[in-house]
Amino acid sequence: MAIVLLIIATASFFLMRFAPGGPFDKERTLPEAIEKNLRAKYHLDRPLAVQYIIYMGGLIRGDLGPSFKYRNRSVNTIIAQSFPISLTLGIYALSLAFIVGVSAGTFAAVNKHSALDYTTMSITLLGISLPNFFLGLILLLLFCFELPLFPAAGWGRPGQMVLPILTLAAPFTAYIARLMRASMLDVLSQPYIRTARAKGLSEFQVVSRHALKNAITPIVSFMGPAAAAVLTGSIVIEKIFAIPGLGTHFVNAALNRDYTLVMGTVLLYSFLLVLFNLAVDIAYSFIDPRVRL
Amino acid sequence: MLKVLLPIVLAPAILCTTITFTTHRQNRAEFTYVSGPEPETLDPPLLTGFLEGRIVAALFEGLTQYEPKDLSPIPGIASHWNVSEDGRTYTFYLRDTKWSNGEPLTAHDFVYSWKRALDPITAADYAYQLYYIKNARPFNEGRLTDFSQVGVRAVDDYTLEVQLENPTAFFLDLTSFPTLMPVNRKCAEAHGDDWTLPENMVCNGPFRLAEWKINDRIRMEKNPFYWDAQHVKLQSIDALAIESINTGFNVYETGGADYLYGVPLPLVETLSDRKDFHSHVFLATFFLRFNVTAPPFDDVRVRKALDMAIDKEGIVKYVTRGGEIPAATLVPPGMPNYQPPEGLPFNPEEAQRLLAEAGYPGGHGFPKTEYLFNTSEANKDIAEVIQQMWKKYLGIDVTLVNQEWKVFLSTVKNLDYQIARGNWIGDYVDPNTFLDMFVTGGGNNRTGWSNRRYDQLIEAAAEEKDEDKRMEIFREAENILVADDLPILPVYYHVSLDMYRPHVKGVSPNLLNIHPWKYVRIDRETN
Repeated sequence: MAIVLLIIATASFFLMRFAPGGPFDKERTLPEAIEKNLRAKYHLDRPLAVQYIIYMGGLIRGDLGPSFKYRNRSVNTIIAQSFPISLTLGIYALSLAFIVGVSAGTFAAVNKHSALDYTTMSITLLGISLPNFFLGLILLLLFCFELPLFPAAGWGRPGQMVLPILTLAAPFTAYIARLMRASMLDVLSQPYIRTARAKGLSEFQVVSRHALKNAITPIVSFMGPAAAAVLTGSIVIEKIFAIPGLGTHFVNAALNRDYTLVMGTVLLYSFLLVLFNLAVDIAYSFIDPRVRL
Repeated sequence: MLKVLLPIVLAPAILCTTITFTTHRQNRAEFTYVSGPEPETLDPPLLTGFLEGRIVAALFEGLTQYEPKDLSPIPGIASHWNVSEDGRTYTFYLRDTKWSNGEPLTAHDFVYSWKRALDPITAADYAYQLYYIKNARPFNEGRLTDFSQVGVRAVDDYTLEVQLENPTAFFLDLTSFPTLMPVNRKCAEAHGDDWTLPENMVCNGPFRLAEWKINDRIRMEKNPFYWDAQHVKLQSIDALAIESINTGFNVYETGGADYLYGVPLPLVETLSDRKDFHSHVFLATFFLRFNVTAPPFDDVRVRKALDMAIDKEGIVKYVTRGGEIPAATLVPPGMPNYQPPEGLPFNPEEAQRLLAEAGYPGGHGFPKTEYLFNTSEANKDIAEVIQQMWKKYLGIDVTLVNQEWKVFLSTVKNLDYQIARGNWIGDYVDPNTFLDMFVTGGGNNRTGWSNRRYDQLIEAAAEEKDEDKRMEIFREAENILVADDLPILPVYYHVSLDMYRPHVKGVSPNLLNIHPWKYVRIDRETN
């Protein structure tokens, strides 16, 4: 894991420097002497190899350096303030998607080919196909302008969390529901389920005690990539609802050539991706005894 | 299995929620405005942007401050001042004022602050605003290390003497500017880069910093130690950091803010009839740069032809639609005492004649040309219209090329373009803030253009003490720029587009769109 991160850090460090334009290029060109002062302050006047060593030295000590754009902030501060917000948003959205998706999928599978099944599946199709910025706008229009129930943007009050979480969760809920339905149908046709029914268990017991545990395996493996997708998906939502999360910085830092902030966010996201995949592997071993770590 | 998973997932969620609610304020300030993207800094000499300027002007006060209507300098921390006969020595007499921690503010604080702003280690972008002070430039460039040779000294605790290189007529405009605002020495030295955080900041303006959450909000509260506190009406202000202009509008429209800076362009037409919509000329110009170092734009006839073939009236009426004003000059209207030259009119026949004279009758044989702009919808719309006009009136084909912002900047800087979109926002209300940009080798010239007469005029203006003569010199210089030589092609002057509720009183429209919050009050009774 450390090696993967080291490679990512090195690659992004050098790629970033090869992009044209620098952090101090602005509409107003700075007088040469002032740009020199700035470059000296941020060690940009040193050879690239030296800059790399300085950066890696800081990284080992857990210091991600000063932001180039936000002159009085360190990258550590920016991440410390904004990441918990993205995390909160992501965890809620994913939990919601998991609970609603698994229930809806199971429900549809048990009542397959009924009107309920078709309705659920049509809604999920919509959920998957609607891009989430569009869904966000629709929700805004409905619940902020037409029916003013929730504030249009911001973060901190419970009301402000509802629309972003719903928007972010929607496509994942839909996907999980469809996945769950297919998987549940598959499990329900297995011989051991027939045995369970033959024992005279109620349908609820059959599904909840016997089928659910096996049917949920594909969902768990989906949760890893889903967690990653929630993080990247939240970038758009953070913008629409002006949420002070990390997503905004992830995009803007690259546009601003804020080298250190780019590195910081890239490393954090990479770390999380690796972590999620690891977590899924571990979770497998709990659910499926055939999988050994 | 769910029994195991649920707590694992929900525990962090509950924790995060608790953190969110305990660290975010829930009460609303007396006055809330949508400020724009996250401020880059609140350190006065380091800041470069308007939105930071608005916040810093609430937290700090310089020797002078802006008169809210015409932005002329009025007494701030200095109660009055003398200017010597030769216009090169300014003596400021300071009021007995206090920092927000109750300690007295003296002339020594200004000496320290200006030294700090000029110190190469501070690396202030705008340090050049102090270059008008004697020896400030060599000190900033590291060629001079002895600050006592720089033209600023404290005669006593409440008298500050400033020596200038030239009789700079707009020096008192600069003393209202953030770069020259005072910074508390003890605070800055004790906390380093962290001195601008709410728990550390010592300031001297009408308000003090209570909270600063990244990408969320800045809360300011009335500063009881401010010398003019009795005239400050607002008790607290929230500046909301909202990056998306559409989201900002949503917040304003649903009652989340009292004041909105910037309106989504597609909505301008719909909103312009509303009572809370306010549009005003802004100190900024949209223009095109020609790279005059390479054919065909090394020929002034070609440049003039391209200018006269653009129907600028049409652009503001059908493309930008925010009430912008078509431009024939670089300096926007509204500069006191300044009578701008006429520039070139829209005249397709004359344009065709000039182009033929340059060797391209009807556009035949005109070299392949690229129009460069930074990627944005608005820029693209304007570029497309100009492209069509040149095709229609001159018969020339221009390819549109867009680049991401930073790439665009470096391309233009390296003169690796033919025609490029340009934009300039003035720093102070004087033609100099626009015109000194195009002197030979100027960092913002970026056209390769050089005109000795022009350089001489800009230099002469800096030394001229008589206001009328100085404006006359600027007029002659600008005439070279927009009528004779035309390294740039002015398109239109920007307007500021803001919205604020009728209960927000005390806002005066002005050229810089700066509304010192100390004069603003909330009055819900009278409408």
